[in-house]
Amino acid sequence: MATQHSRSAARIMMAPAVFLLLVWMLVPLCMTLWFSLLDYRPMRGTFDCCEGFANYVRFATSSAFQDAILTTLIMVGGILLITVIGGIFLALLLDQPIWGQGVVRILVIAPFFVMPTVAALVWKNMFMNPVNGLLAHLWEFFGAAPVSWLTEAPLFSIIVIVAWMWLPFATLILLTAIQSLDSEQLEAAEMDGAGPLSRFGYIILPHMARAITVVILIQTIFLLSIFAEIFVTTGGGFGTRTLTYLVYQRVIESQNVGLGSAGGILAVILANFIAIFLMRIVGKNLDK
Amino acid sequence: MARAMPTQRRVAYTALAWIIALLIFFPILWTILTSFKTEAVAIADPPVFLNFEWTLENYRIVQERSDYMRYLWNSIAIALGSTALGLIIAVPAAWSMAFVPGKRTKDILLWMLSTKMLPAVGVLYPIRLILIELGLLDTKFALIFILTLINLPIIVWMLYTYFREIPGEILEAARMDGAGLRAEILYVLTPMAIPGIASTVLLNIILAWNEAFWTLTLTTVNAAPLTAFIASYSSPEGLFYAKLSAASTMAIAPILIMGWFSQKQLVRGLTFGAVK
Repeated sequence: MATQHSRSAARIMMAPAVFLLLVWMLVPLCMTLWFSLLDYRPMRGTFDCCEGFANYVRFATSSAFQDAILTTLIMVGGILLITVIGGIFLALLLDQPIWGQGVVRILVIAPFFVMPTVAALVWKNMFMNPVNGLLAHLWEFFGAAPVSWLTEAPLFSIIVIVAWMWLPFATLILLTAIQSLDSEQLEAAEMDGAGPLSRFGYIILPHMARAITVVILIQTIFLLSIFAEIFVTTGGGFGTRTLTYLVYQRVIESQNVGLGSAGGILAVILANFIAIFLMRIVGKNLDK
Repeated sequence: MARAMPTQRRVAYTALAWIIALLIFFPILWTILTSFKTEAVAIADPPVFLNFEWTLENYRIVQERSDYMRYLWNSIAIALGSTALGLIIAVPAAWSMAFVPGKRTKDILLWMLSTKMLPAVGVLYPIRLILIELGLLDTKFALIFILTLINLPIIVWMLYTYFREIPGEILEAARMDGAGLRAEILYVLTPMAIPGIASTVLLNIILAWNEAFWTLTLTTVNAAPLTAFIASYSSPEGLFYAKLSAASTMAIAPILIMGWFSQKQLVRGLTFGAVK
């Protein structure tokens, strides 16, 4: 169908986007790769070639790295657990013929649009502050001692803050998936005597399976690079240092670029594992 | 949902949904309310909900105190600039992929998506170094360019999924009538593509406005947008709840409103067409 003429035109039209993304991806990544092989500490003026894999070994065997991996896993896992289970529940609820559905949807979706630094600071100061925070007042009201959330349970606190921001995302996507379900199927099952639980387990959940996978993968990719929420709440202290934050500290704060770059490459490899799965699903969908 | 439901159950579901929705929305509502209180009322024990004297004082102070306008202008410039630049690059690319697909179109699309999954922190230092060398660190230009590149895969993808829904027969009809490539784009495609482009623009502005990795790590003073402005309230200013709330409300209000309009596009844009 396409003529030779339109084909070459198409190539030219695609060129800028492809070229820019290629440069954007390759140049800095190659630089990071190069730095990761050096003893590169700008503050001390060292730029010594060819440490080999020494930086990788040092980074991967440091206790900071192991802690960071564990923190990252707990943080991402915790947020996923809350948002996916909460999202399924909320999507089911919002799918019911409730009054004021439009407004309820708007209220539920709102946190997703809140700037990360705003969300983190509002929660940190106005809710989790042990003296004037709203949660402290609530605890006092019930006669309990106020909790200093961000020092006593910092990881949990950050999980709550980020989960609050991402719950709307999971809900919205899962709701979209539920709504594409043919309601005749459900009616047929109901007539055949299937109870609500088996309707959920055998019809709704399998129908949502792909959407749930997509939610998990996309969120994982975004959550692996959580930064602002940690930056303004704990600054990486109190056991909230994720891999992303550890690399940031090595590279920017302690200016050990060689070591940090090795960590950065490790983070890239880690993210790629997850990305591959996501790409498969998206790719399959493209063929339809 | 056409299924009949007993009124009793409907009332119960409605009540439950509203309670949960209000709980989820509460932090935002509380921030907005607090922004109209005086500092003393904001930390009152027990907390005051609605019955206080409303004041606009905080908004005035935040404006005066901290060049709020400059941060706001930076945010607007960066969000709009990167969206415009992104569109200029992405529209031709998405158009050609949707209407003149080649053997490798799918691979190119997936590859573009994969660049989005690169952890930013992995390339932070080189990017900083390049910007310092070019004298572009802490400039709006650099941020506009970087946010364009970050969101380019999403823009291309969204436009692609919209363009693909435009029936090819219309194009062929236009071609038969003798329309050239230019006329085809200008008079046939553009009018049909405008809704898709509009939602892409909306989503991209939201993403760029809220981006908080590059904006925090690549700016200090001159190009700092609202994300950085709010981060500067970390402490001790953050303990002035009323002012923190006023600053926060101003930072999120425009996007909140835009976001509500773009709920549906959000699903398409952020799942790359995998969920519709």
